[in-house]
Amino acid sequence: MQSLALLAWGPTGWLDELTFAAGLTLLVALAGFALGSVFGALAAAAKLSRSRLARGAAEVYTTVLRGVPDLLVIYLFYFGGAAMLSAVARLFGHTGFVGMPAFVTAAIAIGLVNGAYQTEVLRGAYLAIPKGELEAATACGMSGWTKARRIVIPQVLRFALPGLGNVWQLVLKESALVAVIGLAVHLPSIDVFSLFTLPEVRFNDLLRQAHVAAGSTRLPFIFYLAAGCFYLLLTTASTLVFQRAERRALVGMRRA
Amino acid sequence: MDFPFLWATFLRLIEGVPLTLQLAFLSVGTGLIFALLLGFAMLARFRPLKWLAQAYVFIFRGTPLLVQLFLIYYGLGQFRPFLQELDLWWFFRSPFYCVLLALAMNTAAYGAEIIRGGLQSVPAAQVEAARAFGMSGLTLYRRIIGPIALRQALPSYGNELILMVKATALGSTVTLMELTGIAHKLISETFRAVEIFLVAGSIYLFLNFLLTRLVAWGERAIAPDLAAQEKAKTDIGLKPVQAH
Repeated sequence: MQSLALLAWGPTGWLDELTFAAGLTLLVALAGFALGSVFGALAAAAKLSRSRLARGAAEVYTTVLRGVPDLLVIYLFYFGGAAMLSAVARLFGHTGFVGMPAFVTAAIAIGLVNGAYQTEVLRGAYLAIPKGELEAATACGMSGWTKARRIVIPQVLRFALPGLGNVWQLVLKESALVAVIGLAVHLPSIDVFSLFTLPEVRFNDLLRQAHVAAGSTRLPFIFYLAAGCFYLLLTTASTLVFQRAERRALVGMRRA
Repeated sequence: MDFPFLWATFLRLIEGVPLTLQLAFLSVGTGLIFALLLGFAMLARFRPLKWLAQAYVFIFRGTPLLVQLFLIYYGLGQFRPFLQELDLWWFFRSPFYCVLLALAMNTAAYGAEIIRGGLQSVPAAQVEAARAFGMSGLTLYRRIIGPIALRQALPSYGNELILMVKATALGSTVTLMELTGIAHKLISETFRAVEIFLVAGSIYLFLNFLLTRLVAWGERAIAPDLAAQEKAKTDIGLKPVQAH
């Protein structure tokens, strides 16, 4: 029963730390997903474009990032990103090693991988738009941008929603991998208008926090299990949210 | 491009390929047996069995593989005296067996979903027709349900195989020196992340390319008529767009 007390909220238990850590994990996943949408939209546009070069580049992007382990991509950005930054810093006369913030590294690495999956979803969704609607929009005199805004984007989002739901589940689970590069957000204590001081805080990501708790209590099973429960909570909540969103998005559609 | 360095890296990395393949094949093999049992359990008429299988699939698909691996490798260490008493400690002490177990249990959950989908895709009329011919039990499965379900399931299972090859990289987090483990070691020694990523990534891409060819060959072998139709449609640009 002592182990249950360790899972309490407050200074003696780990529940508060784990909850904040879950928040950081959610944040990384959101950042990765948002970046992934940008990469995905660009790559999908490239794949649908007439330029052979753009199509080729997008093809290489999706093939490589979907065929290589995510962990390897994270290592590339964690070490490679730092080396690149150091090289840039040397140009400006700074000598020595410049690290890359773990959060940025994680978001970029996860975003790139996730973007490759989003590319296929978005491309499929675009192809699902009936050709007649695009022709009709052109016939009505809509220009490229107006057509995109009024006809293409709303429908792409609608058709892509189920696929994006799957991709979001992927990104949530992938975010566990950032524990290997020790993702932590460190905020120094802030003095707010000399009225009060916000304490210094340090957030770990969920799996890392479980690792820390497991190490200090020597109860690894309990804490990895707790981390697993938090992930299950996140993925289940996401499923419900996407189900609702799909229902809403399909309100005006005829059901087959 | 520093080709001598790339070549030297390639020679170092290639040493990790046997372990990567070993992990992938063994986990997929054991995972498939487990997936078959689970897939049938999910369609069982006996409710508790069905719920148990559904809960298993829900839990293993809803949590990251890395958490599952840590739970097995680090987590079960909490029960070391108990496991020693059962004489199972040699298994859970070894990172190799723990990765194997985590991968197999994980792929079993995804595989079970694919197998369930395959079995459910068999048209009821076909089963009824077979029964009308007097087929039952094993014959029905061998001649009708099995082949149809396999055709449906193989493409998805091919994707799962590629995911498993990629998932073996997680072994590097518990000290296994497979492809990614060696790549990580080389990167932290030389800090030449881009070149090493290039070589390691190419090896993974090559392995996955072979795998996709193998699955495509398998698809053609079990459904030559379907494959020919698909190819003809693609060739003349008529391939139907998937509707949602």
